[in-house]
Amino acid sequence: MKEKLVLIGNGMAGMRALEELLKITPDMYDITVFGAEPYGNYNRILLSPVLAGEKSIDDIMLNTVEWYKENNITLHAGKKVANVDRKKRVVIAEDGTEEPYDRLLLATGSNPFIIPVPGHNLTGVIGFRDIKDVDTMLETSKSRKHAVVIGGGLLGLEAANGLQIQGMDVTVVHLCDTLMERQMDGVSGKMLQKALEERGLQFLMATQTEAILGDDHVKGVRFKGGLEISADIVVMAAGIRPNIELAKKIGLHCERGVVVNDTMQTYDPKIYAVGECVQHRGDTYGLVAPLFEQAKVCANHLAKLGIGAYQGSVTSTKLKVTGIDLFSAGDFIGDESTEEIVMKDASRGVYKKIVIKDNRIKGAVMYGDTVDGSWYFQLLRDGTDVSEFRDSLIFGQAQIGEAGHGGQNAASAMSAEMEVCGCNGVCKGDIVKAITTKGLFTLEEVRAHTKASASCGSCTGLVEQILSSTVGDYSATPKKKPMCGCTDHTHDEVRVAITQNKLTSITAVRDFMEWRNADGCASCRPALNFYVLAAWPREAQDDPQSRFINERAHANIQKDGTYSVVPRMWGGVTNSTELRALADAADKYDAKMVKVTGGQRIDLFGIKKEDLPSIWGDLNAAGMVSGHAYGKSLRTVKTCVGSEWCRFGTQDSTGLGVKIEKMTWGTQTPHKFKIAVSGCPRNCAEATIKDFGVVCVDSGYELHVGGNGGIHVRATDLLARVKTEEEAMEYCGAFMQVYREEAHYLDRTAPWIERVGLSYVKQRVVEDEAGRKALYKRFLESQEVFRFDPWARQIAEHRDNYIPIKKIG
Amino acid sequence: MSNWIEVGKVTDIPKLGARVVETSRGDIGIFRTADDEIFALRDKCPHKNGPLSQGIVHGKRVTCPLHSWKIELESGEAVAPDVGCAARYETKIENGIIFLTL
Ligand code: SRM
Ligand SMILES: Cc1cc2nc3c(=O)[nH]c(=O)nc-3n(C[C@H](O)[C@H](O)[C@H](O)COP(=O)(O)OP(=O)(O)OC[C@H]3O[C@@H](n4cnc5c(N)ncnc54)[C@H](O)[C@@H]3O)c2cc1C
Ligand code: SF4
Ligand code: FES
Repeated sequence: MKEKLVLIGNGMAGMRALEELLKITPDMYDITVFGAEPYGNYNRILLSPVLAGEKSIDDIMLNTVEWYKENNITLHAGKKVANVDRKKRVVIAEDGTEEPYDRLLLATGSNPFIIPVPGHNLTGVIGFRDIKDVDTMLETSKSRKHAVVIGGGLLGLEAANGLQIQGMDVTVVHLCDTLMERQMDGVSGKMLQKALEERGLQFLMATQTEAILGDDHVKGVRFKGGLEISADIVVMAAGIRPNIELAKKIGLHCERGVVVNDTMQTYDPKIYAVGECVQHRGDTYGLVAPLFEQAKVCANHLAKLGIGAYQGSVTSTKLKVTGIDLFSAGDFIGDESTEEIVMKDASRGVYKKIVIKDNRIKGAVMYGDTVDGSWYFQLLRDGTDVSEFRDSLIFGQAQIGEAGHGGQNAASAMSAEMEVCGCNGVCKGDIVKAITTKGLFTLEEVRAHTKASASCGSCTGLVEQILSSTVGDYSATPKKKPMCGCTDHTHDEVRVAITQNKLTSITAVRDFMEWRNADGCASCRPALNFYVLAAWPREAQDDPQSRFINERAHANIQKDGTYSVVPRMWGGVTNSTELRALADAADKYDAKMVKVTGGQRIDLFGIKKEDLPSIWGDLNAAGMVSGHAYGKSLRTVKTCVGSEWCRFGTQDSTGLGVKIEKMTWGTQTPHKFKIAVSGCPRNCAEATIKDFGVVCVDSGYELHVGGNGGIHVRATDLLARVKTEEEAMEYCGAFMQVYREEAHYLDRTAPWIERVGLSYVKQRVVEDEAGRKALYKRFLESQEVFRFDPWARQIAEHRDNYIPIKKIG
Repeated sequence: MSNWIEVGKVTDIPKLGARVVETSRGDIGIFRTADDEIFALRDKCPHKNGPLSQGIVHGKRVTCPLHSWKIELESGEAVAPDVGCAARYETKIENGIIFLTL
């Protein structure tokens, strides 16, 4: 006999938990669902577009009645649960239906708060919560004229907007003098009010309702001070209260909501709860995204996997009134300890305010132009140090050189055939179709199903816009970002644990930090391998099976499974012997193409895996070694001609480049690391888009860091000016060492510096001389371990790995 | 009936790694898990023919080196939401020697 699971509350959170459960264990339980509403499960947040006539009820169904049948779930739609006998473990509905359970899931949502003024129970006084409310509004709008909405928050304004579009005269009554005071500050609230007034809405601000008038149906509303206006319908949108009526009745511990622990369990171990009815670590939530996270954790525990903990969420909001762009997140009011950056352009109807503390964003509110909302939200969540681009922060991401984010309405302006993801050839139509047919809600799900934004990520902003215009807005994220699905720990936590507890192998880390999957996954293994090697270069053992194939085979895999071979050309300098050896190797191993790379060296393409050891042997014999073109390691040191030949050269850039490459080659780094040395400020070696760049000047050397070509171009920041080559090398080694010791795996120096701040890097590498020397010393020590030619070692020790274990036929 | 072909020793394949058997009809990847289970799949990813034997093995899955699809070693099926299947072959181990049938 299967165990029985009963869900009370057929809404977004409860059903999401069931879907997550079915994904992990399709057959574990006999499932029964009770829902007070007579439908399947629908997307409640899209009730606003339904009211505004932009979508139909069919458009917003998430789980149809057929879906329950197909998944063998018994659905009691239209049956409200009246009681639960916790001793006998039986659920009892109002109509007498009984269902026994082994586990019970409560997801009763919340109720609109109906202000208890005289007349509040007249017909025609409703909340804005479910399909029935929307039906009442649509029905009333057909024959009546006057609507009053009490409450000028998100829900109230969406209701008012819809009613007005349906042809009613709408008055919004609000207690405060600013609309949406929980999401907006005074200025943006006034701008919003003005825009809505232009559309025909009327406002009674700072006004308190005294009574609702009428005999059995509502006729009007009276306010404090005596003003009376007529009304055929009154929508109460003055907030929501967790629906804990049933939970209290059956004796579960409740405060504002049903109290649950981090596993979403109530005080009765057989009973779990998710959604708006829940109170977790003192907080209740009224947006979908956190509820979905709760659902995921809960499903995991219902499946008895016993992993996963809900740790709370940070949320952001947008108003779903078509044509009005508005965004807010975090603490956007601020206090004495915070500073603000404000931009107001009244004629364009644009207002932005960013609240900053210690150079980190604490909150933001934007009206009129919200393109950068998700960017600010990300900076806020990551705690990024913004001091370096603070000057242009308010102008948005486009100003600091990031590409790929169109305007807020760019997505809606696109036709279905237009390509969104250039890497994977995914069009807007494909994405919309996947979202609607497969019921996707999050960016991760869209990535998994369509591959859009799954490669280089530059179209992420667009994909998020398409997502929010199709299913509504779900932006919110966990308080901290775990490394991967195998753990709840962050990259930083793992790095610290490795150093403090001397963990010298991947297995030791996984044991110590209680990894969920015995061998980890393809995402955490390479990171852990790097972290232990970077922390304990002498003690830790490399684990080749935890490296991506390119690093394991020491060549770049190509789309047809062959490899490319790139030997080092120190500083981009070569000679006839090397060229002859390359030409011979190209002939002997039948290279399909010989190409000069963007890194100033030569690439031989189309080499078969089993030939790799031999071609390397031949190149080694000519004095050439691996170029690490495949590695999270030093790639190339590009140089220009410099003072040796060039009429403008100020220093020997070629010579210094060769020296630096000989010092740093083979270094393992969190992501690839590129260096260049230019002989004068004309900068022919493009040193200002490299991770570490040297620009020679008459008085010495300018050292630049944190540049990036690639997906998001970023010019370097000036780190320091030094006089001698020796100093340049010392700063270079010290800089690489901080990056190696502290950055997250797969962070290039550009995003890393943006996160920790240039001033931090300067303090470590420039201002603290003793610290710099210590870093440089650690760098050189680690280099004693890593500065070897991996090709030679592979030929000597691992030749077998390149040949078939057996040939048949 | 079953025609078992001797492939080589279990220890010839690195733990959480793979080697290939070359045949006239293409390569077969032989995978070894952390607890020395052995699986054999045609060395072509159902996505775009990526060589699965070059991927990262974790649990009883391998992540393809080209675009990171995950493939179940036991069935050859791609892990949802990706759809596709790499042909699988029976294997057995006797006294530390791997046998394969085509
Ligand atoms: C061979 C080469 C193209 C060429 O023929 O010129 C190349 C080829 C590849 N690049 Fe590149 N990049 C090459 C120079 C560059 C440059 C130019 C440079 O280094 O001056 C850039 C921009 C500069 C930069 O990195 O900041 C560049 C930015 C990228 C990026 C984007 C990085 C970013 O941070 O946005 C990737 C993707 C990645 O690493 O994740 C990438 C990734 C790749 C990969 C490794 C894609 C892959 O994962 O398979 C390509 C491997 C091809 C192969 O099998 O050999 N390649 N790539 C160049 C090798 C230089 C060398 O001698 O080692
Ligand atoms: C108009 C509107 C717009 C919104 N816009 C957004 C938005 O843009 N972004 C966002 O993130 N969120 C938005 N929300 C909030 C979001 O819809 C809710 O957070 C979410 O639906 C809560 O999910 P839940 O499962 O906890 O509750 P619900 O979805 O309300 O589900 C609870 C269900 O339980 C049923 N039930 C209750 N008691 C019983 C009982 N005793 N027996 C049987 N069944 C019972 C109820 O009838 C209901 O169907 C909006 C909400 C509304 C109403
Ligand atoms: S070489 Fe670089 S730019 Fe060219 S296709 Fe490959 S990754 Fe893209
Ligand atoms: S070929 Fe395997 S994932 Fe693309």
